Parts: sequence; structure tokens; C-alpha cells
Amino acid sequence: MIVFDNATKIYESADKKVKAVDRINLHVEEGQICVFLGPSGCGKTTLLRMVNRLIPLSGGAIHVNGKSIESFDTIELRRSIGYVIQQIGLFPNMTIEQNICVVPKLLGWDRKKMQNRYDELMELMGLNPDEYRKRYPWELSGGQQQRIGVARALAADPPVMLMDEPFGALDPIMRERIQNEFLRIQQNVKKTILFVSHDIDEAIRLGDKIAIFKAGQLMQYGTPDEILSNPKDEFVEDFVGGDRALKRLTLLTVHDLFFKLKHPRKLNGDARHSGSPTIDMETNLRTALSVILSSPTGEAVVADSKNNHVGLLNLHDFEALADIHPFELKSSV
Amino acid sequence: MKKRSFTEKVVKAGLLLVIAGVVVWAFAAGSFQLMIDRPGDLIYLLLQHLQLVGLSALLAVAAAVPAGIIVTRERFRKLQWIATNFANLGQTIPSLAILALVMSYLGIGYQTAVFALWINSLLPILRNTIAGLENVSPSILDAGKGMGMSPGQIFWKLELPNASYAILAGIRTSIVINVGTATLAFLIGGGGLGDFIFTGISLYDTGIMLAGALPVMVLAVIIDFVLGKLERVVIPKGLQRNLETL
Ligand SMILES: Nc1ncnc2c1ncn2[C@@H]1O[C@H](COP(=O)(O)OP(=O)(O)O)[C@@H](O)[C@H]1O
Ligand SMILES: [Mg+2]
Repeated sequence: MIVFDNATKIYESADKKVKAVDRINLHVEEGQICVFLGPSGCGKTTLLRMVNRLIPLSGGAIHVNGKSIESFDTIELRRSIGYVIQQIGLFPNMTIEQNICVVPKLLGWDRKKMQNRYDELMELMGLNPDEYRKRYPWELSGGQQQRIGVARALAADPPVMLMDEPFGALDPIMRERIQNEFLRIQQNVKKTILFVSHDIDEAIRLGDKIAIFKAGQLMQYGTPDEILSNPKDEFVEDFVGGDRALKRLTLLTVHDLFFKLKHPRKLNGDARHSGSPTIDMETNLRTALSVILSSPTGEAVVADSKNNHVGLLNLHDFEALADIHPFELKSSV
Repeated sequence: MKKRSFTEKVVKAGLLLVIAGVVVWAFAAGSFQLMIDRPGDLIYLLLQHLQLVGLSALLAVAAAVPAGIIVTRERFRKLQWIATNFANLGQTIPSLAILALVMSYLGIGYQTAVFALWINSLLPILRNTIAGLENVSPSILDAGKGMGMSPGQIFWKLELPNASYAILAGIRTSIVINVGTATLAFLIGGGGLGDFIFTGISLYDTGIMLAGALPVMVLAVIIDFVLGKLERVVIPKGLQRNLETL
């Protein structure tokens, strides 16, 4: 668990003071991803880098797993926290294996253990360990490099990870793929992750919680659904965008809606439905809506995981969403 | 990439052509006869020449690399302009003028020549050391620091290896230049292959002159080649894709 307790950073230059981080109070639960979201210059990076003391606090405190960060030796604190940056920062003079094993080596692991860990992490990243072992960073694509960057941060199995716009430099397709991969990995490793982003869609996709900042201040902290369905003020509302209702649909699946319907319409083998496209239970509602809008019959056939057709969904059914309370959601993002 | 290696080939070919031309010329002028007749002289001067270059280079590396390292440390960054200006000064004064200046203090002879060559080699090494260290990408250093490397580890494992290309290039350049400049050492009694060259000039004897000039050229090419090979050994493999050999 990470706790920010009135955490403050003031940059002082000759003629002025900049409150880059202004009395932030925040609890991040263990094993959750908390996305720091906000426009450029709102203090996300500063707050993140305060956690591993790359930037010293001007006031307040930060606790990691119950202990104040000030009570650790700086070097040891950093070795116990994974750190990933947008520029990746792989070491060009080292092989991929050496890059991944930087922290284990600093911690004095023996060779065998490091090698096993390397193999394990590469498998986790979906990369062939032997193919890349002796390669150098410049030989890899941007997406592969960023995977190595994430693997490197995971190497010593730190309970906490700091990630500063790690996928920001990737093209949209690669970004989405690596985000999904990242979620899959997180389901295995269950780290407590602070994740900086300026992209609302990324925040919705990845965050268990989202913290929205403006000029160093925390504007709202909540689950993606809380923030989308209930933006606290105009700033948050503007930031999440006018299509927030549509964005919210990405958080819900066909399953969530279908079982909320009072009278779900069963399939009766009517030939009328033969032209309807099929959607499965795990499809998110935004995609489902899009499918229904372009369906020639105005309907879509709902299929369960065994591909049995269990019912029909049309535009009217979406009205039932008004009854779905955010806190009852069971779908995982 | 391809374009560069093409220019490289042209330059190399041109260089070999020039050397071949000089060899033919030296042959016609009787330089080889001279070298065969008095092999002891040639070897003696060659070794002296190598010593001048080697010793001055060693001292220059010993001074300029640490100086470059110090002035790129956060604490001493303010000293950087002093160091570069000092080294710039050493470079802008013509080699002959340095010789004359140094001579008036140290007298004539071997030490004076070494000192003058030393001054002459400082700048390329210092400048490249500073540039190499300053150009190490900040994100690499940030990542290293954020992962818990100590300042010493950051220096030895990140900064120095990643600056090695530039530093070695500076050393190589300065040594190769000094192979030529060291011919001037003869003028202040420092010996070296300049002996043949300047004797030849004053006697209007092209044969003697080329008996000095040709070995200097060949020496420069060989040393450049050897140092190029050395770079391949010293520079980390991950950085060698931008290594060009000439
Ligand atoms: N080293 C620094 N010195 C002075 N001001 C800084 C420094 N670093 C960041 N700032 C200022 O602090 C504010 C927050 O910066 P940052 O944390 O990088 O924002 P973000 O990551 O949200 O884009 C900005 O106004 C920025 O100009
Ligand atoms: Mg930032």
C-alpha cells in the first residue's frame, strides 16, 4: 500500500516558487493500478518521482507498505521499487540479459538465479529468452524495448512499480496491444503500480483507480466508472470528455447488461434474426453498441462462452443501463 | 549508412593512392637507397619519433581524460569553461609557436618537445571526453539512478562505457595528428624523423626529405589502424554499430 500524506513539492528558483505538487492525500491499495492523470505540467511526474526519492519532498510524507520512505536508505529504497520511464532508458552498452538483470546484480544474486529470472521474465513478456539474450537494445523495435523496460523493472520482484507514461511513445496499435499484455502480466504479478498518463482512454483501460490532477492539486480520486459517471467538477468533466457516457460503456460487458434486463429476449429461431451479427458475453458495451447500430436488423445475437445463442440485444435494452450502479460492477476492466 | 561507407572507401583509396605516389617518388629520389645504406639511422629516428608521440600521448590522456571527467561532475561543472578555454588556447596557438614559447622556458631538447606535443594533444582529448560524457542520454542516467545505482556505479557502468566511443576517438585523433606534428621536434633538438625531413629540405635533397616523410606517413596510417582495432576491443559491443574504421 502506498499512502501520500500531504505530500508537497515546491520548486524554488531565483524569483519564484512553483507548487508542483500541492498537499496530496491519497491511498493506493496493494495490488492495484493507480493512474495519475492530468494535463502536461500538472505535477504527475514530480509526484511519481517523489516516491523513490528522485525528487525530495518539500513537505508531508509518503509511506510505502507502512514505512515512511524517509526511513529507508535511498539506494535500497530505489532497488525495491520498479521504475519504468517513457524514454525506456535501456542501457545501450549492455545486452538484453544484462539490462534485465541490472537490479538483481546490484542486489548480489548469483548467476544461476539471475539467468532463471531472465528466462522467466522473457517468457512472461512473450519474448524468446535465447533469441534476445545476447542482443543489444538498438536491435529491438520500440515495442520490444518497452517490454524489456517493464521486464527490467520487474526483475527483482519489487512490490511497488512506478511507471511514467511508459507506452506514450508507441504508436496507437502497438500501445493498445502492450496495454493489454501489461494487464495480463499484472494479473499474474499483482504489483502495486503508480502509472502516469495523460491519456484518459489509457487510464480507463488500465486503472483500478484514477487520480486526476490539475496544477499540482488532486481534483478527483476514484474508480474509472466513478469518474466517468460522476465527474466532480467542470475540470474533470472537460478532461474526461463529452463522450464519457460512451467511454463508460467500455467498462461494461454484454454480460453486465444482459443479466440486468428484466425481460431479456430469448431467441426463438425466428428467421428474422438470421441477418443479425453475433456478440459474445465478454464484448464491451461500446463495441456491442457499435455492432447493433450497424446491424441490418437493429439487433445482435448474444452468445455465451460455449457459443450457445442465449438471446438478443437491441438499442432499447441499453436504457436499462441507468439502473446499473457503478459499485455493483463485476466486470474487470 | 551505405553512403558513408562509400565515402569511406573513396577516402581510403585516395589515401593509399597518395602513399603509393610518395613511394614512387621516394624511389625515384633515392630515399630507399638511403634507408638501406643507413638502416641504423632510420630505426633510431623512428624509435625516437615513436617515443615522442607515445610519451606525450600518455601524458595527455592522463591529464585530459580525468580533467574532462571532473568538469562534467555536477559539483565542478562551473570549471568547465576554464578547462575548455585552456585547451582551446593550446590548440589555437600554432605548433611552431608553442615550440618557441616552451623553448624559452624549458630550453631545447627532448622534454621540451614532449611538453609541446602534450599541450597540442590536450584539446581533442579533453573536448571529446567532455562531449562524450555530456552526450550520454539523460534517460539512461535517470533509469540507472531510479533503479538504485550508486553514483560510482552510474559512472563506471553507464557514463564511461557510453562515452568510450567519443573519448577514444579524441585520443586516436590527437595521436595521429601528433605523429605529423612530432616532425617539428627536430627544430628544437628533440630528434625524431623530422631530422631527415629538415636536413633534406636544407640540402635541397628530396631523397633525404622523403626518407623522413614517407615513414611518418606510413606510421600515421599504421597507428590509426591499430588504434581503430583497439577501439573494437575496448568499446562495448552494443555501441559499435556507429563505429567506422578508416
Ligand atoms: N526541476 C524543476 N525545477 C523547476 N520546476 C520544475 C522542475 N520540474 C518540474 N517543474 C515544474 O513543475 C510542474 C510539474 O511538472 P511535472 O511533474 O513534470 O508535470 P507532468 O509530469 O504532469 O507533465 C511544471 O510546472 C514544471 O514546469
Ligand atoms: Mg510527466
